[in-house]
Amino acid sequence: MDKNINLETIDEVRAEALRELQDISSLSKLDEWRVSYLGRNGSLTNILRKLGSVPLENRRQIGATANQAKLLLEEKLDHHRNLLANAKTSSESEDDVLDVTLPGWPLSNGNLHPSTKMLREITKAFSSMGFQVQEGPEIEWDRYNFDLLNIPSDHPARDMWDTLWLDYTDKHGNTPMLLRTHTSPMQARIMENAKPPIRVLVPGKCYRYEATDSTHEWQFFQVEGLAIGEGITFAELKGTLYEFVRCIFGDERKIRFRCDFFPFVEPGVDMSISNFVDPETGKRPIDYNQDWIEILGAGMVHPNVLKNVGYDPDVYSGFAFGMGVERIAMLKYGIDDIRLFYSNDLRFLEQF
Amino acid sequence: MLIPVSWLKRYVEITILDSALAEKLTMAGIEIGGITRIGENWARDKVVVGHVLKVEPHPNADRLTIATVDLSNNESIKVVCGGPNIREGQKVAFAHEGAILYNTHTNKTQPLIAAKIRGINSPGMVCSEIELGLGKDHSEILVLPEDAPTGTPLFDYMGDSVLDAEVTPNRPDCLSILGIAREVAALTGRSVHEPDLEYVETEDPINHQISIDIANSDMCKRYSASVIKGVKITESPDWLQKELRLAGQRTINNVVDITNYVMLEYGQPLHAFDYDRINDNKIVVRPAKTGEKLSCLDGELRKLNPQMLTISDSKNPLALAGIMGGTDSEVSDKTRSVVIESANFDPINTRRTAKALGINTEASYRFERNIRPDLVPKALKRATSLILEMAGGKACKGIVDVYPNKGKATSLIIPHGKFKKVLGANISKKNISNTLLALGFDVSLDGQKFKIRPPYWRVDIKIAEDIVEEVARIIGYDEIPTKMLSSPIPYSESSYSYDLRETIRDIMIAGGMHETISYSATSKDNLRKVAMLDNGPNPVRITNPMTRELEVMRTTLRGSILKTLESNIKVSQNKSIRLFEIGKIYIQDNALVNDKLPEEKEVLIGVLAGPRHQLSWAVKEKYMNFFDAKGVVEQVFTELGLAMECMPYKDPIMHPGKTAQILCDGNNIGVLGEIHSDVLNQFDIKEIVVSMFEINLESLYKIKKGIYKHYSPISHFPESTRDFALVFETNVLAADIQQVINRHNLVKSSTPVDIYSSESLSVGKKSIAFRVVFQSTKSTLTKALIDKAQSSILKQLQAKFGIELRN
Repeated sequence: MDKNINLETIDEVRAEALRELQDISSLSKLDEWRVSYLGRNGSLTNILRKLGSVPLENRRQIGATANQAKLLLEEKLDHHRNLLANAKTSSESEDDVLDVTLPGWPLSNGNLHPSTKMLREITKAFSSMGFQVQEGPEIEWDRYNFDLLNIPSDHPARDMWDTLWLDYTDKHGNTPMLLRTHTSPMQARIMENAKPPIRVLVPGKCYRYEATDSTHEWQFFQVEGLAIGEGITFAELKGTLYEFVRCIFGDERKIRFRCDFFPFVEPGVDMSISNFVDPETGKRPIDYNQDWIEILGAGMVHPNVLKNVGYDPDVYSGFAFGMGVERIAMLKYGIDDIRLFYSNDLRFLEQF
Repeated sequence: MLIPVSWLKRYVEITILDSALAEKLTMAGIEIGGITRIGENWARDKVVVGHVLKVEPHPNADRLTIATVDLSNNESIKVVCGGPNIREGQKVAFAHEGAILYNTHTNKTQPLIAAKIRGINSPGMVCSEIELGLGKDHSEILVLPEDAPTGTPLFDYMGDSVLDAEVTPNRPDCLSILGIAREVAALTGRSVHEPDLEYVETEDPINHQISIDIANSDMCKRYSASVIKGVKITESPDWLQKELRLAGQRTINNVVDITNYVMLEYGQPLHAFDYDRINDNKIVVRPAKTGEKLSCLDGELRKLNPQMLTISDSKNPLALAGIMGGTDSEVSDKTRSVVIESANFDPINTRRTAKALGINTEASYRFERNIRPDLVPKALKRATSLILEMAGGKACKGIVDVYPNKGKATSLIIPHGKFKKVLGANISKKNISNTLLALGFDVSLDGQKFKIRPPYWRVDIKIAEDIVEEVARIIGYDEIPTKMLSSPIPYSESSYSYDLRETIRDIMIAGGMHETISYSATSKDNLRKVAMLDNGPNPVRITNPMTRELEVMRTTLRGSILKTLESNIKVSQNKSIRLFEIGKIYIQDNALVNDKLPEEKEVLIGVLAGPRHQLSWAVKEKYMNFFDAKGVVEQVFTELGLAMECMPYKDPIMHPGKTAQILCDGNNIGVLGEIHSDVLNQFDIKEIVVSMFEINLESLYKIKKGIYKHYSPISHFPESTRDFALVFETNVLAADIQQVINRHNLVKSSTPVDIYSSESLSVGKKSIAFRVVFQSTKSTLTKALIDKAQSSILKQLQAKFGIELRN
C-alpha cells in the first residue's frame, strides 16, 4: 500500500488546488493549473491511478473522495474558465498582443451596377410621391412605340427615334416589330388595361440605332412616368419634376423648364439641369461647354393619345415624362463616358 | 437651320444681346444649339477695311509683294503681302500690329507681331480668310466688295452672329428666317416687317407663255409659277452671297441663289427652270411612268417609279417634285428666260420618295413637314421681284396659280377656363389675347370664349391644347406655378417581379457578387461559343444591326457574362472575380405567325473565378470552385424562404462531373457547375476554374408567389450534438443521407463537417462526418433518448444505403 494515499492527502491536494485557482487570472495560467492537477501526470490523476494499490477496506472510501475531488475541480475549472472568458481582465493584453495595423479578414464586397443604383434612387423619389412601378416588353409593335403615341408612320417626327427593327413580317407584309426606342409605349399599354386614376413609373431598357460615343449608347435605361386623373395640370407636372430633381441632386442644382416638342404631349417640356462641376477641379467633365444638360422630356398627355386608348380627354388629363437613367447618373457622379456603363469593367463598377 | 442675326434684323428690330436672344428662343421651344460669332476677335481699332493703293514687287522675294494700303484719315501703310491675288484698287481686310488673328505658322489665335520679312518692315498685314477666322483658305487674300468703306472697322462692316436653331418637326414655319423673326417679335414685343412683294410686269399675260396641269391633286395641293424673260445669269451680288454662305448654302448663280434665298426667307422651297428647255411650254405635275429616268442636279441618273411625283413637260420629267431638279432644265449661263416654281407637295409622298431614293434636300425636308399652301404665292412674288432686281429681264403679267382644293380657314373656340384647366395657372384674358396677337393669330373674345384663327404660316395648331402651349411658351414656363399632385394616390399593386428582383440583387451583393449589365443583342458567334446557336432556339434577328457584334437578340446570358469575365481577367490578373447579371433573354415561337411578341424571360446568371479571397496575410490563397457558386445560390433560396436541392446534371458547356441542376419545388429552375475548359478556351480564359450558376427567374417568381416566411416557435430545451462519421459507397449522395437523418423528429439539423478519404477505406467507399443536432420542443433530451434516435437513424441508413459508422 502506498501510504501517501489517504484521505488527508486528497484533502490537501484539493485545498491547494482551490487556493491556487483563486489567484489565476489568465487562460494560459488556468491551463497550467489544469495540467498540474487534472492532466495526465496531474497530482489528482496520479492519486486516482494508484487507487488499485489501496487496501480494499479503504479503497471504497478513498476512491469516492478522490472522485468527488476530481468532479469538484473539473466543475471549478469550467466555472473559472467562464469567469475568465467573460471578465475583461487587463492581464490578457500583457501576454497576448496583436499588430492592430494589419488589415482585417478579407470579406468580399459585392455592389450594384450604377444604372441599378440610379434606377433605385429615381424609383424611390417617385414612389414617395405615390408612383408605383410597372414594367413592359422591350420588343414592341410599332403601334405601341409610335402610332398610339400620335406618331404616325411617314411622319418626320419618327426620325426623332432612330429605330432598330426586328426580322418579322406580318400577314399584310408589314414589318411592325422593333426594339422599343423609349419606355413610352407602356403609357398606352397601361391605359388600355386600367381605368383612371393612374400614377405609375416604368423603368426599363430601351434601344436606338445609334453609333456609340462618349455621350451616346445604343442601349440605355429610361424611366417613364404617367399620372392620369381628373383635373391634373401642368403646374403639378412642374411640381412633381422639381421635387424629383431635389431628391436626386439636392437643392443646389438649377433647373431649366422649357418648351419642347414630343408628339404624344401638349404642351411639351424639356427639362435640363445645370451641368455637373467637379468640386475639386472646378471643371465640367461632361459636355464641358454646356451650361445646361437635358435630362428629361415631359408634357401633358396629348388628347389624341387619350382618345387612342379610349379615355375621354374632356374628363381626364394627366402628364407623362421620360428620362435617361445613365445621363442622370453621369451628371450625378461626373462620369464622362457613357460607354463605361455596359462595358462592365470592374475597375468602373467597383466605384459605385 | 443657321440664322445669321444680320439677316434676321432685316425683319425685326433686335436690341438684346445674341446670347439673350438665343436664351429666349430656346426657352420658347426653338432650341439654339450654338452661336457662331463672326469677327469675335476683330478689335475695332486693329482690323479695318483697307484700300490697296499700290502693289510693288518685293526686292528680295519673287512670291512676295509690297502693298501700300490706305486706311483713310490720310494714313497709309506699307506692308509685305504673300497673297498672289492682291491688286491695286482692291478693298481688303487690314490688320494692325496687335490684332488677334489666327497664326498659320503656330496654329494658334494670337496677337500679330510687326516683323521684318526678307529685309522689309511689315507693321501689319493684308488678311486671308483663315487669319480672320472666316474659313480655311489662306492661299489668297480676302477681297472685299468695292463699296466697302475704307477705314471702317471690319467688325462693323461684316461682323455677325449665326444662331444654330434646332427646329422641332412640328414647326416647319421656323425653318425660315421670317419664321424665326416672328418668334423673336412675339418674344420681345416688336413687330415683323415683311418683304415688299410688288414688282413691275409686262402686258404679256403669263397664260400665253406657259400652261400648268396638276394630274394628281392629292399629291400637289397648289402649284404656281411666274415667267421672267431676258434674264442675265451672273454671280449674285456680294451681300446675297454672304448671307447664303452664313446660312450654310452654296452659291451658284443669281437666279438659283435667289430661289434659295427666298426658301430660307419664307421656308417655301422654289425651283427655277430654264424656260426654253420646257417642251411645248407645258408643265404637268404627274406621277412618273415606269421606266422613266431623270438626271438629277446632284449628278445622279435616277430610275423613277409610279409612286414618285414628277414635274414634267409635254414629254419628259424635268424634276422630282419637291425634292430635286433635273439637269436638262437647269438654269445655266446660257439661260435667257426662267420659270419659277412655287408649289406645295404632299408630305407623305415626298418623304417616301426621298427615302426610297436616299435623298434628303432642303426642299424635301420642308415638304415632309407639311408647310402651308398659303406660302406659295408670297414666296413666288418675292423671288420674281428679286430676280427682276438682280438678274434683269421682264416678268410676264400675273402668275399661274393652280389651287384645286382650297381649304377653308377654321377657327378654334376655346373657353377662357381651358387655360387654367390645362396649366393650373390664372392667365388673364388680356394676356392671352395679346400673346396670341403677337404671334400673328386672329383673336376675338365673346364673353368667356375665345375665337382663334392661327396665322397662315402655322401648321401645328389643331386643338385647344396647342393654343394653350402657345400662350404658355411665350409667357414662359417659369411663370407657371409649381404644385404637388393633390389627388389621392391611386392604388395599384406594385410590380411583384420588380420587388423580388431587387431583393435578389441585394442577396447577390451580400454574397460578394458584382452586378454587371450587358447588351441585349449579341453576335451569332457569341451564341455559338456557348452552344446556343445550333442547339438553342432561333434568335430574333435585328434587320438593321449597327454591327455584326449586335446582330441578334440574345437567347442566353451565358455568352454575355463569359465575355465580361474574359475582359475583366485581361485587365486584372489573379484577382478574385464574382460577377452576376439579371437580364432578359428573347425567345421567339417557332411559328411567328400568331402576331405575338417574342417571350422575354428574365434570367439570373453568375460566374466566380480566381482566388476565394483578396490577397491577405490572414488566409491561405485558395481558388474558387463549384461550391463557391453553390454557396451563393443557397443564399438566394434561404433568404427567399424556399427549399432547393441539387442533382447531378449534364450540360453541353459544363464539366461532366461537376454540374448540377437546381431543383425547387420539384421544378428544374437552373444550372450550377464548373464550365468546361474547351468553352473557356474559346473566350480566351485559360488555366482557371470558372463556376457558374444560372437561374430562370420567371420560374422562381412563380414558385415564390404566395410563399411567405413563417415564424416557428423557438425550443426552450437544450440541444445535444453528436458526430456521425459514416462510410458508404461513392455513388451514394450526401443529400440522400441527410434526408434520412433529418427525417427523424428529434433531429433539428445536420451538417456535413468533414469529408474523409484515406487508403484505409476500401476501394469505392467514401466517408463523411455529419454533425447532428438533436433537440425536442417538449423536453430535455436524455442520453437514452438520443442513443435510441441515433441507432434508429443508423439502422435506416444501413438498410437503405448500406452505410456503416467509421470507428
